[in-house]
Amino acid sequence: MAIKLYLLLLVFLSSAIASFSLYEDQVGLMDWHQRYIGKVKHAVFHTQKTGRKRVIVSTEENVVASLDLRHGEIFWRHVLGTKDAIDGVDIALGKYVITLSSEGSMLRAWNLPDGQMVWETSLHSSHHSKSLLSVPINLKVDKDYPILVFGGGYLHAVSPLDGEVLWKKDFTAEGFEVQRVLQPLESSIIYVLGFLRSSEAVVYQIDSRSGEVVAEKTTAFPGGFSGEISSVSNDKVVVLDSTRSILVTISFLDGGDVSFQKTRISDLVEDSGEAEILPPRFSDMLAVKVNKRTVFVRVGGEGKLEVVDSLSDETAMSDSLPVADDQVAFASVHHEGSKIHLTVKLVDDLETVLLRESIQMDQHRGRVDKVFINNYIKTDRSNGFRALIVMEDHSLLLLQQGAIVWSREEGLASVTDVTTAELPVEKDGVSVAKVEHTLVDWLKGHILKLKGSLLLASPEDVAAIQEMRMKSSGRSKLTRDHNGFRKLFIALTRAGKLFALHTGDGRIVWSVLLNSPACARPSGVSLYQWQVPHHHAMDENPSVLVVGRCGSDSSSPGVLSFVDVYTGKEISSSDIGHSVVQVMPLPFTDSTEQRLHLIADTDGHVHLYPKTSEALSIFQREFQNVYWYNVEDDKGIIRGHGMKSSCSGETADEYCFTTRELWTVVFPSESEKIISTLTRKPNEVVHTQAKVSTDQDVLYKYVSRNLLFVATVSPKGAGEIGSVTPEESALVVYLIDTITGRILHRLSHQGCQGPVHAVFSENWVVYHYFNLRAHKYEVTVVEIYDQSRAENKNVWKLVLGKHNLTAPISSYSRPEMFTKSQSYFFPQSVKTIAVTSTAKGITSKQLLIGTIGDQILALDKRFVDPRRTLNPSQAEKEEGIIPLTDSLPIIPQSYITHSLKVEGLRGIVTAPAKLESTTHVFAYGVDLFYTRLAPSKTYDSLTDDFSYALLLITIVALVAAIYITWAISEKKELSEKWR
Amino acid sequence: MAPILRSTSLLALLVFQISLFFFASTLPTSSGTEDSYTITGRVRIPASTAIGHAAKFSNIKVVLNGGQNITFLRPDGYFTFHKVTAGTHLIEVYALGFFFSPVRVDVSARHHGKVQATLTETRRSLTELVLEPLRADQYYEMREPFNVMAILKSPMGLMVGFMVVVVFLMPKLMENIDPEEMKRTQEELRNQGVPSLSSLLPASR
Repeated sequence: MAIKLYLLLLVFLSSAIASFSLYEDQVGLMDWHQRYIGKVKHAVFHTQKTGRKRVIVSTEENVVASLDLRHGEIFWRHVLGTKDAIDGVDIALGKYVITLSSEGSMLRAWNLPDGQMVWETSLHSSHHSKSLLSVPINLKVDKDYPILVFGGGYLHAVSPLDGEVLWKKDFTAEGFEVQRVLQPLESSIIYVLGFLRSSEAVVYQIDSRSGEVVAEKTTAFPGGFSGEISSVSNDKVVVLDSTRSILVTISFLDGGDVSFQKTRISDLVEDSGEAEILPPRFSDMLAVKVNKRTVFVRVGGEGKLEVVDSLSDETAMSDSLPVADDQVAFASVHHEGSKIHLTVKLVDDLETVLLRESIQMDQHRGRVDKVFINNYIKTDRSNGFRALIVMEDHSLLLLQQGAIVWSREEGLASVTDVTTAELPVEKDGVSVAKVEHTLVDWLKGHILKLKGSLLLASPEDVAAIQEMRMKSSGRSKLTRDHNGFRKLFIALTRAGKLFALHTGDGRIVWSVLLNSPACARPSGVSLYQWQVPHHHAMDENPSVLVVGRCGSDSSSPGVLSFVDVYTGKEISSSDIGHSVVQVMPLPFTDSTEQRLHLIADTDGHVHLYPKTSEALSIFQREFQNVYWYNVEDDKGIIRGHGMKSSCSGETADEYCFTTRELWTVVFPSESEKIISTLTRKPNEVVHTQAKVSTDQDVLYKYVSRNLLFVATVSPKGAGEIGSVTPEESALVVYLIDTITGRILHRLSHQGCQGPVHAVFSENWVVYHYFNLRAHKYEVTVVEIYDQSRAENKNVWKLVLGKHNLTAPISSYSRPEMFTKSQSYFFPQSVKTIAVTSTAKGITSKQLLIGTIGDQILALDKRFVDPRRTLNPSQAEKEEGIIPLTDSLPIIPQSYITHSLKVEGLRGIVTAPAKLESTTHVFAYGVDLFYTRLAPSKTYDSLTDDFSYALLLITIVALVAAIYITWAISEKKELSEKWR
Repeated sequence: MAPILRSTSLLALLVFQISLFFFASTLPTSSGTEDSYTITGRVRIPASTAIGHAAKFSNIKVVLNGGQNITFLRPDGYFTFHKVTAGTHLIEVYALGFFFSPVRVDVSARHHGKVQATLTETRRSLTELVLEPLRADQYYEMREPFNVMAILKSPMGLMVGFMVVVVFLMPKLMENIDPEEMKRTQEELRNQGVPSLSSLLPASR
């Protein structure tokens, strides 16, 4: 009976829905979370008051954040929407952080200590233009001065207290572009300087209280202006003319007169060319870049220009900063070998160097991109300076007193591609020797754990247990482990830097900044496994292929770089001389286990890598079997290609091949627009092709590597949700065979629209879209089954060999397939969907849904099973089929990010561990998050919580009990014998 | 320190505020495009649900149309979307620790941007755009307190229970057997020497 009961219990346990769940004290055991902000664009220091010193930054990832100036930690931050790029940031009234975003049309104020939004004002704008934020510097807190914002043809004055628009000026009619707003202290008149049609300079004098134009002066300049403007003092600005060879000083006097003074650059510098005014603002001086030289030009009292200094190498400079005694200083940073030199000079007198420091700098940070300085009064009443510098790899560093006080790897906020790599095998002698625990320590630890599991532990014990778990079992060792839990995630960032992150604790094992002889810094595009030795060439280290580009558009020349995964050294790097449109890893490797890759360029040629004769011979053997396709989503065409011949006629390159077009799928542009395409992951493992249901029925999965999922939507429905009515929009999804171009399945959803987020694994696709009729998000699953194998159910047929299981599968044979699909509502917007992957594909799968709230939800695949019915039979229930509900459940415990957010989530990558039950999950966005998941619980290993001490104590107790009872029975027997 | 104190007191004030007033008004903008409206609403987290997670307004995001616009809450819980076209929109609120139903918002062009709001999860229409969480989310499993019954119910406990039954109840059952019969069985066993399983079966006797 008990056995029966026990079996029942087992059945019950196994059929219960295994949702991801975590106890609060398990946070940080398997997961780590890193918070970033992105490449800093603007920085404003806030150090006047005593107490917390902070710096307010805005970044290219649309983050506004307040950082601790002592340690570089984030006090608070806000990630704005993707279309809400920040144009300016400043501090108003000493307590509000003001941000201007969305091209000057959104002004927000945040509370400086805690980041709470105080007010938000939407400003009018009629067109896209560059925007300008001017916050009055009022040392005496005077609330009368408004914040002035120019953007989209309007000038607004906004009260810093409550965000109320005090007045606005419409300049749209004239096409007036404001360049500078000058707010002289102790005056209610503001000067607004701008250009009309790039040829007339206009100065408005406006009463800052009422917005009335006091005076207006237009002066035509026949030469025309171009771009940048540098304001050097309260009554002078310097600008370049349209030929970029003449500096024009514009003086505007109190009377409203505007005067020009032209100075040829050739008069200032000998070897002149096209000049460029550098963005840093100095008083009475400007920096001009001519012929890669930085020239400092002093502006004299009558608008006379004279060169005061010139620097030959590339130098980054900060804006000028008022220091004591009405002096103004600025910082410049330049490289020299492996050191950077920070110099702070007075603007008035470039000979007076206030500070000169040299700091050793990691080569892999690149050059200095931006400098922001701040001063403080030392104990001896002299000026000290701290400099915040942004490097080429986007990292942020604070320099003070000749040392790096803190640094933040902000490059990791813009990860573009991720792959995994194994760690080296532990060898004798090279083992990363960590002091192993003694037996006593081990036992102590387990006794503590036992106490914890019996809930007898005191708070100190709990803390000790937690600490022990965090450091436990060398989880951050740099060698491979038996379960495959220790791995490297290789992340490529937009800055072209490669990081290797350890799965154990998330630390950076190595990082390398890509170089290219052709261009200074290539931008990172994608990342591939290049060499993974596991059968041959075991003495070689694995390596990854990094594809970069020398420019922003797809036709710019590509750069290939090969990086050793163990050491992080760049093995080689080459300019390939052609563009990179598509990189295709082939399923072939050479004798050193280098994977063959095809790279398609814009001319329709493909190039084979590695360029060795061995690779060429392998490729030529498989020449007829290589197919590829490309998607032209702007034209709505998908083309399939086959190999034609080597392109020897045009170039002598024997690794270059021409292709022939095999098929095209053209979607009618008036009714369908491609919004999403997706294939299976090429390295995915499928455990079994057959799916056996409880009624002894077998379904054969249609598992093909050449399936392409395409989603199209009516052109009207391609916009945002509110822009279309249900009648106008339809979503159509296709499954296309990429070898023959055959459309295997088509499914149309009327009254639905994108965006479509999909995941494709084994024989199923799950996609998320918006249903306009119900006004809810929907998730649809499509499973594809092979009909041609459905006959192979009879045992006798199998025994007699009358089956077609061994028949070769060809994409050219007409596939007999059928699909099953089902739709459910889903109550959240989605950013990305991924699926767990395990080593052998036996473990059941979970969908990982990245929601717009930047959380990741693990949803069991059994919830999206087209065989779900309203009332499943007993047999179906035993199989684990869940009764059908109209919407998918959101169980809070199955958020794998628990109470964290992966701000700005962009992608989720899964990778199998060696242990079949376990999968690595890495999510990236502005933040990084890693965790290990066991979708069906860890059925093949004991959990970390397993109490060995309890087991040991039980065994000891049992042995003792055996001896005691043995002794007692001996005694009893003896006494019985005596009787 | 003072601003923090002020904002928390404001929050408390808000949380316990019972009287609400209609503020889902929309104002057509005077210039720019004709059909550009403003949606104003507020997020309210009742005090009773805000136990586990501190309901910090600074971490709450309000999302229009799946990411087209993202805005934040003011200290009083109000949010505004500017420059919204007439039509049917979707507003979602994301706050850690709470689950909000998405809201279908119809902005009418004919009635100068009058707003009608419906919760899509419960299909309840709102008279005013005040969004409250459907439930508070608990992201962690609760550790069960030490419980004798839980241990007994576990497979191990059941096994131990079975053992106890065998060890203590079986002898009691044995006592009920007639001592004469017992003796005879023991005799038989002794005669047969090594006891085997077959000898214990009644058929072999």
